[in-house]
Amino acid sequence: MLYRETGQFKRNYAADQQLFPIFQDKILLAAILVVALAIIPFAINDYWSKAILLPFMVYALVALGLNILVGYCGQISLGTGGFMAVGAYSSYKLCTAFPELNLIFVILFSGGCTAAVGVLFGLPSLRIKGFYLAVATLAAQFFLIWMFNKVPWFYNYEMSQITAPPREVFGFLVSGPQAEPAAQYLFVLGFIIVFTWVALNLVRGRIGRSWMSIRDMDIAAELLGIRPLQTKLLAFAVSSFYIGMGGAIIFHIWLGTVEATEAFDILQSFFVLFAIIIGGLGSVLGSFLGAAFMALMPVGLKVVLVDWIGMVPVTAKHIEFMLVGSLIIFFLIKEPHGLARMWQITKEKLRLWPFPY
Amino acid sequence: MAEAQVVESGGTSGTSGAVDTRTIGAPVLAVENIVVKFGGVTAINDVSFDVRKGEIRAIIGPNGAGKSSMLNVLNGFYKPRSGQIKFAGKTFPSMDPYYAASNGIARTFQNIALFRGMSTLDNLMTGRLLKMKSNFFWQCLYFGPAQKEELENRAHVERVIDFLEIQPIRRTPVGRLPYGLQKRVELGRALAMDPDILLLDEPMAGMNVEEKEDMSRFIMDVNEEFGTTVILIEHDMGVVMDLSDRVVVLDYGSKIADGTPDEVRANQNVIDAYLGVSHD
Repeated sequence: MLYRETGQFKRNYAADQQLFPIFQDKILLAAILVVALAIIPFAINDYWSKAILLPFMVYALVALGLNILVGYCGQISLGTGGFMAVGAYSSYKLCTAFPELNLIFVILFSGGCTAAVGVLFGLPSLRIKGFYLAVATLAAQFFLIWMFNKVPWFYNYEMSQITAPPREVFGFLVSGPQAEPAAQYLFVLGFIIVFTWVALNLVRGRIGRSWMSIRDMDIAAELLGIRPLQTKLLAFAVSSFYIGMGGAIIFHIWLGTVEATEAFDILQSFFVLFAIIIGGLGSVLGSFLGAAFMALMPVGLKVVLVDWIGMVPVTAKHIEFMLVGSLIIFFLIKEPHGLARMWQITKEKLRLWPFPY
Repeated sequence: MAEAQVVESGGTSGTSGAVDTRTIGAPVLAVENIVVKFGGVTAINDVSFDVRKGEIRAIIGPNGAGKSSMLNVLNGFYKPRSGQIKFAGKTFPSMDPYYAASNGIARTFQNIALFRGMSTLDNLMTGRLLKMKSNFFWQCLYFGPAQKEELENRAHVERVIDFLEIQPIRRTPVGRLPYGLQKRVELGRALAMDPDILLLDEPMAGMNVEEKEDMSRFIMDVNEEFGTTVILIEHDMGVVMDLSDRVVVLDYGSKIADGTPDEVRANQNVIDAYLGVSHD
């Protein structure tokens, strides 16, 4: 009853092609933005910021980046952790080499560095596909982490652990131990909003269609005049840009101190890959849902098991492992196309509700 | 262009008896002495023929005769061992897929090669990709030139959708469509490219009579209304003989006949290739 598009006529193609053509979707989006921008910043505290909101947001950004590569362009990558490390270390180098540089630019530039590295490791994608490409990107993961540990230049010849220096943006301290949770949250939220919008624009236009055509049928795409190498490398570049920004934000805002082997190991690559598979490949919304599932489910389970039921934390941790695992299996059996598809089906059902047809 | 102004025959033109208003021009595409080999197998052996502007040219032959390989040579997917391709006033040893696509050669595939995860509309819009030039920056913003060209190309794609009568499936992911409609969408994707030459690889394979009639009508309309040159591979002899202006017959990679449908039908080599010869 509520979700009905009857009477919402589109009179021209511009109206038909807008991002949220359905009125109810616009209201929902506006409500989310109001909560995110006007309510959360005043209610936020250190726990909510560090344990819930920041992990969710950075993983959403990284998942979005990986989804562009895997979900939209069909190139499997297991190098996510390595690319996040590139983002983190290049932001550290930029930050210490140019102390005056605004953190916004530091993060954008480190995204750019990661894009360049991503293109380099994307070169084999012209020749190898599928699982074989996954193995090739695995090489990126191991090589990059090894490099950040072995080459002292990357950690300024100090300890191999790097620590984010305090930086202000628009007069608010966003990085370093004294940073305000609300300022940090809004800083990351700004990136999320802008780059989600950019991703939505990219995937619905010419570039997104060229990515998807390579994913679905590369031979036909080539005969339509799409150049496979350029298209795949662009996907690697854009994807790595997002992942690099995510890595830089993890380093500067969320963790503050990172060590390449610990923070960006292969488990991170799997974590993000699972997030987009559960959330929905080839869906921007799916990246957010998947990140929410993977980052927030353990926190939620811990709250329920330990704080409400009163279980011993160690037992709760083990039960949490089992529950998260079985929930992943449950969701994949129930809906192999991910949570985003589930949401879409819900919307289609809502359109007819309460009548079955 | 006097012939082009002949009065329209009114209503839908049937296959026979209608006034042919088309103008068949000079050859636009020609292959000469093409040889294609895969290892020890000779797929195409010294085949030459030409295609005139505005005609429907059929390529027929038994299974494995090298028909699809020939199309793959024409749009650059296969590189011939020897021989040359004459196209747009130039001579090439082999075609480049990008050059072919950007110079008006479009094709459909024997086994449907649609982008299954994308909607009908997006599939057709992908056919317009080469016409879209706006740079990455505007693409990120979906504004200015990027939005303008999206809308222009959308309008063009909508004309193709109207022409093929596929309005109701605009938003449906093509993977969910029935076979006959998928074939039609694939024709649509090729048409969205505004092709001068359309290569159709068995557009009617696996269709029932009604769907074949629809598809035949679309091919004839494309040919008549837009003056598109059509190169057609088809096994249904009724369709081939009715639609095509000239027919090339391949057998075991070699050309065994070339001419109008009537000439080909009477050719003894063709009859032998299709019906077999007695070996006594």
